[in-house]
Amino acid sequence: MREKEIDKLKEYKYGFTTDIENIRSPKGLYKETIEFISKIKNEPDWMLKWRMKAFERLQKIKEPNWQKPKYPKINYQDLYYYSAPKTAKNKPKSLDEVDPKLIETYKKLGIPLDEQKKLNGIAVDAVFDSVSVATTFKDKLNEVGVIFCSISEAIQKHPELVKKYLGSVIPINDHYFATLNSAVFTDGSFVYIPEGVKCPMELSTYFRINASQTGQFERTLIIADKNSYVSYLEGCTAPMRDENQLHAANVELVALEGAEIKYSTVQNWYPGDENGNGGIYNFVTKRGLCKEKNSKISWTQVETGSAITWKYPSCILQGDNSVGEFYSIAITNNHQKADTGTKMIHLGKNTKSKIISKGISAGFADNTYRGLVDIFPKANNAQNFTQCDSLLMGNRCGAHTIPYIKNKNSDSNIAHEATTSKISEEQLFYCQQRGLNSEEAVSLIVNGFCKEVLQQLPMEFAVEAQKLVGISLEGSVG
Amino acid sequence: MDNLETNLNEIKDILNLSKEQIEDRKLSLLDFSKNGFPSKKDEDWKFIDLNRIISSKIPKIKFFNNLISKKIENKEVFKDISKNLLENNYIISKNGLITDVVLDHEDKNKFSITKIPANIKEDQYSSLSSLNKAFYLDYLKIVIKENYRFKKPVLVINYSSPEIQNTVLNQRFDLVMEKNSCMSILDLNWNFSENNFYNINNNFQLNENSILKNYKIDLNNNSNIFYSKTKIELYKNSISENFIISSGSDCYKNEIECDLKEKFTSAFVNGIINLDVSKLHEIRSKINHLSENTKSYQLIKCALKDKSKAVYQGKIFVDSIAQKTDGYQLSKAILLNEGTEFNGKPELEIYADDVKCSHGSSSGNLDENKIFYLMTRGLSKNEAKKILLDGFFLEVIEKITDTKVKDLIKELMKIR
Repeated sequence: MREKEIDKLKEYKYGFTTDIENIRSPKGLYKETIEFISKIKNEPDWMLKWRMKAFERLQKIKEPNWQKPKYPKINYQDLYYYSAPKTAKNKPKSLDEVDPKLIETYKKLGIPLDEQKKLNGIAVDAVFDSVSVATTFKDKLNEVGVIFCSISEAIQKHPELVKKYLGSVIPINDHYFATLNSAVFTDGSFVYIPEGVKCPMELSTYFRINASQTGQFERTLIIADKNSYVSYLEGCTAPMRDENQLHAANVELVALEGAEIKYSTVQNWYPGDENGNGGIYNFVTKRGLCKEKNSKISWTQVETGSAITWKYPSCILQGDNSVGEFYSIAITNNHQKADTGTKMIHLGKNTKSKIISKGISAGFADNTYRGLVDIFPKANNAQNFTQCDSLLMGNRCGAHTIPYIKNKNSDSNIAHEATTSKISEEQLFYCQQRGLNSEEAVSLIVNGFCKEVLQQLPMEFAVEAQKLVGISLEGSVG
Repeated sequence: MDNLETNLNEIKDILNLSKEQIEDRKLSLLDFSKNGFPSKKDEDWKFIDLNRIISSKIPKIKFFNNLISKKIENKEVFKDISKNLLENNYIISKNGLITDVVLDHEDKNKFSITKIPANIKEDQYSSLSSLNKAFYLDYLKIVIKENYRFKKPVLVINYSSPEIQNTVLNQRFDLVMEKNSCMSILDLNWNFSENNFYNINNNFQLNENSILKNYKIDLNNNSNIFYSKTKIELYKNSISENFIISSGSDCYKNEIECDLKEKFTSAFVNGIINLDVSKLHEIRSKINHLSENTKSYQLIKCALKDKSKAVYQGKIFVDSIAQKTDGYQLSKAILLNEGTEFNGKPELEIYADDVKCSHGSSSGNLDENKIFYLMTRGLSKNEAKKILLDGFFLEVIEKITDTKVKDLIKELMKIR
């Protein structure tokens, strides 16, 4: 029995649960749930009204159903929309006050919350179920004027910024899951980089779902003021449970004149077991707005986890000369499904976008790239380059490419290319001849296949991601 | 659309339908009236909202027009058609009724012609095919016998006269090619009518080792809306070559679906969309690789002027047993001035691992450097553009394997 458990842990090493007392909202999605969330977070009146507006709209709209991976209907009344460690009710002022069990959890995950150690020099905001438990390196960031805190704190302390930008990229009246998030979001990160500041360290958020029957609905808002720069990392894990849990986050990025935001994600939610039981439904809305001229937003994502990944990190290139980039690796194994890609909306003149997507499919998995490049009539001299490559392992999995290309400007240039192939026998043979076993060989070849995207990740993440690529495909060959 | 039932009654009188046939048609009519014309909500019609186009352009649409049986002389039809074209076999359809089937160059015992349809089976439901089944006026089925190769191409002239207006015209054409047979079809749109909706349904079956070359030409300007669906089934070693020139009509959606059902089959879909004014054309192809060692190749080129809009939706589907598939798809669009729009959706859906599938798509303007180069050699700007566009199209035309047809098409397109 115990051996079995250990074996299971090997497969998904973040699969443990933390035994900790929780405060939960009443079950189900009602007006009262939202009032409860708003009240427990001590939110001002305008915030509650904002949430209510979203909730009212939610009653009128339907879940979208055009996606490739189908899933059983989610019973929204059977979920808890708020779950927090009891000790977090009064937010700890320093790390000493944080429940040691929580610190232990993050240690297990390899996330340094301990500021003293300053191991990696990355500022971390750790989100446990519905609340942010700790944010590190606050003082150092304060010196240069960078605001990095949980969004609940920002609503209290910087309401003018939140009011101005919250919902400016993903409005309340967006699609179903985004609206659901607007109504019930519980926590998340808030970043503001003042004019002319280059953020001295990488900012990072670590999300973890612990409680069962809970959905995680976090909201991240990043604002880069004129000529500033920030690199932001996001990581996520969840315990192994045989139920499907919903994660519907909203991420909004706003880049003002000359600003650059680099947003990297390593997503490793629990993917479900080899028979396709359990796992996270990762239905995330990520959207960046290059609001003013010369701004740049770059998305990098490594998607290895989740039972179903359904997300399209997008760039709205509104300012002239703005640049949007999207680098993605999506790996699906066993019964995982992914339908991911990006949207590049070219509104301004001389806007440029680049899309590199690598999809790897093994076992019974289905991997879909779905993307949109839309060049509006006024976007003179807009440029886009898209490349989507898929790799298939075995003939029980699928790889699909569905790009939408809309060109309404005669001055612009769009190029798109896509290929699908498999790992060739010769490559495998060559590697094995040099002494690698078949799994190492696959890992090496896949890493080479993904190299263009892995290069875009910050150092600390790149190492982790490379390992992850290898682990995710274990057992898929031979 | 209140006149659906009455129109069906009128059709019944003209065509002398049996009771059974009427019942069949009534059922199809019921299917159609459930959903009506497809609209933007339908993923396949995302870029062309047929329902909206028809309701704005032909608000008082009729499903039957008693003028169709008016007699038209062949002389009238042949006027302005080049002599070179008429030297071939020909089939004439006048306002949807097939009047002449002249296959004089061929051996009479080697093919058969049927004009009464057997049960029409359709594996997929679509509202437009139901409409076709309910209202089709005339039907033609040609079976080409084993080992027979057609000596000359068959020119199909789809003629319509100016008095036909605001009407839906439905046509059906079936073709069965037995073992080792070979044939070329030149499908010519020859329309002088206005504001009609043509709903054309073709079914081709290619048996072992047969070759079908299907050329569709839409060059003369007219204000009609077309929807043409061609379904091709390919069996062992057969080859289907499709070529489309889409240019004359106001709105044209060409849909080609190829099922590569057995080993070593190949399908080619090449097309040119050349538009001006505010025309709207679409080519939609779906290639289903259902067996091992099959091959498909697609090349679509579009040039757009004024306020025109072109759409290309291409899909390559590879079944999990279809190993060693080779699929390729390339679409290129040139937007010559502001106000034009190109939409593309090149799609891959793949379930087998040992395959080679790729697609490419690009859109943009003509290269200024090339224009400049030609102008330094003494050409005017317009001449330079014309040469570059001709070259752009020639790459597709050169793919035509029937050299006689290639020359005819060059002549029709005025490309030297």
